[in-house]
Amino acid sequence: MNETAVVIETIIKAVIVLSVTAGMGAFATWIERKVLAFMQRRLGPMHVGPYGVLQLAADGIKLFTKEDIIPQNVIKPIFILAPVIAATTAFTAMAAVPYFPEFTLFGYTITPIVSDINVALLYVMGVSSVGVYGPLLAGMSSANKWSLLGAARAVVQMLSFEVVSGLSVLAPIMMIGSLSLIDINDYQSGGVTNWLIWKQPLAFLLFAMAGFMETNRSPFDTIEFEAEVVSGYATEYSGMRWGLFFVGEYANMITISVLVSIVFMGGYNPIWFIPGALVMLFKVSFWVFLFLWVRAAWPHIRPDQLMWVCWKVLMPLAVINVVITGLALV
Amino acid sequence: MELKDFKNRNIAPGYIFFEGEKVPENGWQMFKRTVKRSIKGELFVGLWIVFREMIRFDIHTVQYPAEKLEMGPRYRAVHRLLRLFESGSERCIGCGLCEKICISNCIRMDTHVDERSRKVVSEYSINFGRCIFCGYCAEVCPELAIVHGSDYENASEQRAHFGLKEDMLTPLDTFKAKQQQEFPGFGALSDNADEFVKKTPLAY
Repeated sequence: MNETAVVIETIIKAVIVLSVTAGMGAFATWIERKVLAFMQRRLGPMHVGPYGVLQLAADGIKLFTKEDIIPQNVIKPIFILAPVIAATTAFTAMAAVPYFPEFTLFGYTITPIVSDINVALLYVMGVSSVGVYGPLLAGMSSANKWSLLGAARAVVQMLSFEVVSGLSVLAPIMMIGSLSLIDINDYQSGGVTNWLIWKQPLAFLLFAMAGFMETNRSPFDTIEFEAEVVSGYATEYSGMRWGLFFVGEYANMITISVLVSIVFMGGYNPIWFIPGALVMLFKVSFWVFLFLWVRAAWPHIRPDQLMWVCWKVLMPLAVINVVITGLALV
Repeated sequence: MELKDFKNRNIAPGYIFFEGEKVPENGWQMFKRTVKRSIKGELFVGLWIVFREMIRFDIHTVQYPAEKLEMGPRYRAVHRLLRLFESGSERCIGCGLCEKICISNCIRMDTHVDERSRKVVSEYSINFGRCIFCGYCAEVCPELAIVHGSDYENASEQRAHFGLKEDMLTPLDTFKAKQQQEFPGFGALSDNADEFVKKTPLAY
């Protein structure tokens, strides 16, 4: 009986997380257009609905009804599978992420996390790195040189940033002694001064940069940078298959925002009189905004610069950070 | 005078020449440059500038079909034929100067003498497929009859549209509503043109 209840609860949570993040991802596309437009002194979408809010409905209709083109020489099963991998991994990673503090509803305590596993951080980072198979397979099966270049860049980028993100997050884990995101959150309870960002500023910086690389956001969006590789791995995709890549990217963005907020910025602990859920919403919104803000302000970097900065600058810094943290803990 | 000075002759004194950053020659200099660039915080200047523009909200968008840009008086769009303000008859006297000066040879007119022995322009057309909108016709016209309008929306079903006499001539109802505007642009009279008018000496 009890097990059945857990199963039902988990399924409900999973559906809610999936639908809410997918909806937020769709909404984020509108926010992105608006923010970028305002920063470039434009108005952005204005015609569909009040202030263009319904633009995402228009986009959805367009994506769903567009002809689904599978080019002649592609490897069909892989071509079809690749966007599914990209979207699935992005959403799967959210399974171990807690969003809000636990609350009671109808006398029933609910923890807003699909599954509280003790290796949550490892799981999230592992699943997001599996996500690189999306661009990789898409690019290699597309029978298009731009796509192939995009796939090659995806691998190059992943090899570079995975080391940095893994090593940078190692130092906070050493201090906390747990991989569970709930433990990491509880470690920082008790006000802004207890945030890990003050104890691990370097790790925070490195992890944030790795987050930008992981979500393919500018300045590190080398794998789909229009000016260099047309649309990279997604060149041959159209309609909803391309839409899956798109949704996956935004879901990834939200995951990274939640992760950074929990690991370094105090998570969903209440600040003074503001409840934890609001604090968390504010932090995640800020991070999503930061992704857009940076895109409006900064130029892209070349793949060779990305590799250079990852291997020659960020990785040594991460290692030094780990060593110093270790010495301090001993 | 050296060649270098000759090349720089149109630069005002006090012009600061920037040779560009020195290229690092060895590893140590490269390391120093990297550290300097990392710490300098130039990236945050960029962030601040776009954020400032967002807060200022100085939007430059023109929402085109709803609002349109005001065209300058000298803008040379599709031509118009004007009427005399006093009588409402056509200003064009059929002198043919515009036909003659047109460098892309796209103006054609047909004139005849009517029963009152007055010259009448029966046909007047401009081939807008060939017109380069140089404005010579408006400039040469002695009666300020052919002028440039400011209508830049020229989508049409027929190539000949806009270019026939009935398209360009001010419609009578528009004229009667006193909505015909004097052309302030290319070839038009200046504001103080009246001051230069002299009476014809009777001695002639």
